[in-house]
Amino acid sequence: MLSDPAVALTVLVLALFVGIEIISKVPPLLHTPLMSGSNAISGITIVGALIAVTSDNPLISTWFGFAAVVFATINVVGGFLVTNRMLAMFKPKQARGDDK
Amino acid sequence: MSATVLQIAYLLSAVLFIVGLKMLSSARTATRGNAIAALGMGVAIVTTLIGQGVLGWEYIIGGVALGSAIGAFTALRVKMTSMPEMVALLNGSGGVASALVAGAELLSYADRGESPAGMVATAIVLSTLIGGLTLTGSLIAFLKLAEKMPGRPITYPGQQFVNAIIGLGVVALCVMVATSPLELGPFWALAGIALVLGVLLVIPIGGADMPVVISLLNSYSGIAACATGFVLNNTGLVIGGTLVGASGLILTKIMCDAMNRSLGNVLFGAFGAAPAGGSSAAGGEEQGTVKGYTPEDAAVIFSNASSCIIVPGYGMAVAQAQHAVRELADLLEEKGITCRFAIHPVAGRMPGHMNVLLAEADVNYEKLIEMDNINPEFPQTDVALVIGANDVVNPSARSDESSPIYGMPILDVDRAQHVFVIKRSMNPGFAGVQNPLFFNENTMMVFGDAKATVLALVNAVRAY
Repeated sequence: MLSDPAVALTVLVLALFVGIEIISKVPPLLHTPLMSGSNAISGITIVGALIAVTSDNPLISTWFGFAAVVFATINVVGGFLVTNRMLAMFKPKQARGDDK
Repeated sequence: MSATVLQIAYLLSAVLFIVGLKMLSSARTATRGNAIAALGMGVAIVTTLIGQGVLGWEYIIGGVALGSAIGAFTALRVKMTSMPEMVALLNGSGGVASALVAGAELLSYADRGESPAGMVATAIVLSTLIGGLTLTGSLIAFLKLAEKMPGRPITYPGQQFVNAIIGLGVVALCVMVATSPLELGPFWALAGIALVLGVLLVIPIGGADMPVVISLLNSYSGIAACATGFVLNNTGLVIGGTLVGASGLILTKIMCDAMNRSLGNVLFGAFGAAPAGGSSAAGGEEQGTVKGYTPEDAAVIFSNASSCIIVPGYGMAVAQAQHAVRELADLLEEKGITCRFAIHPVAGRMPGHMNVLLAEADVNYEKLIEMDNINPEFPQTDVALVIGANDVVNPSARSDESSPIYGMPILDVDRAQHVFVIKRSMNPGFAGVQNPLFFNENTMMVFGDAKATVLALVNAVRAY
């Protein structure tokens, strides 16, 4: 695990550079799906929520964890589904079947 | 599963996130990219469940079932015009989830009577603060976007003073929680003040500045997840959260640049409050009278045109006119008029808003042209058709140094041979700035609801 805080910071800084690099290349056309899709990724906090409910914690922590599971799942499921729905609409003309 | 295997599984999910986001750089690969990112999330979830053992399954199944039902229902039902509201709510739920996890951890530490390490305590503080204010800030943004509360900036006397006091309180509470985390009083106070802060930060921001606010809250939800990663010592959260934080910050910067304003000015400037003493009305008289035209007049101009650029704005979204606009564009193409769309980065209420609406209406995305690429085309264009956009086509941003929007990059529609502006009324845009475009010789104003007017235009062009 990341027992040394410097290791976690290293991961953070490197991830930051990777993030800036790849996200700068997303065209404005796709900024809304980028937002909802990255939103779904921020639902990664569901991992923390699952850890919180499955650990041998006091009841109040478990309830906090349960609420976190609900919210994080909304984020993950809602985010990926709505992004998929949006992206399915972005089609070039050639790909349109019912072209009138 | 050993700790190393778990770590490698989290690394795999982080790689899938990065690959997925990378594939969003092209519309052709984006759908697959989204699926790959979702797969990464699946890997992370399964890894956690295997790594954690068997406690609390009833909570997991209940929570996931409830969250999935809410998430899927809203994601499949939401209208494309309401996408900004949807994203606002998603930001809020991500933020609060991270804050809740941090809170659960702190309460467990307190229960065990074990003090967390300094770094962990600091991360708990950041996650609680940022996650909490993301929740309430997003809710206010949602209410403004859904027009359930006034979109104009809400200001009151002494606002800056109140904010400064609260800011000091926040700093003091952060230090208290970080240094003696087992005292739970300051923690609850911090959680409460974070919720209040979210409200206070967003109420003074006007509706048209929402693209910046949503981008920033998007970033915050990522930063909160990253902080929670430090609380739990989990690389998956650190990497995932950081990617989202970076994405939100980049979008925030793009939105600010597109308005030629600093982030500080957007957040604290209360831009577009009440226009000073009726000056906009007076300004209107000085600039001459506006010519109101009918769709039939516009059809006459179209009959002699060979090129058209359509400039959509928030008015198109409000009127849900995107399908009517597509119909018009198709009809013009049928008549041999080339027809493209000019998309300003801050048109609408969130980054990329116009693109999504037009894609929904089945407009070929290759016809949606970014500002910098379309601007040189306006002088050679016969007709620029502005639908429900105002400030993003205001030429005083280019020429009038006294204008509040001076320096903002705009779409140069005034340089086209003819300009039609479809607009509900002569009310100035959100910035409260009069638009000289409406008084130009080559501008024809067609007043009315965007959808009804575009449909009338379709009939007029077809009949001509």
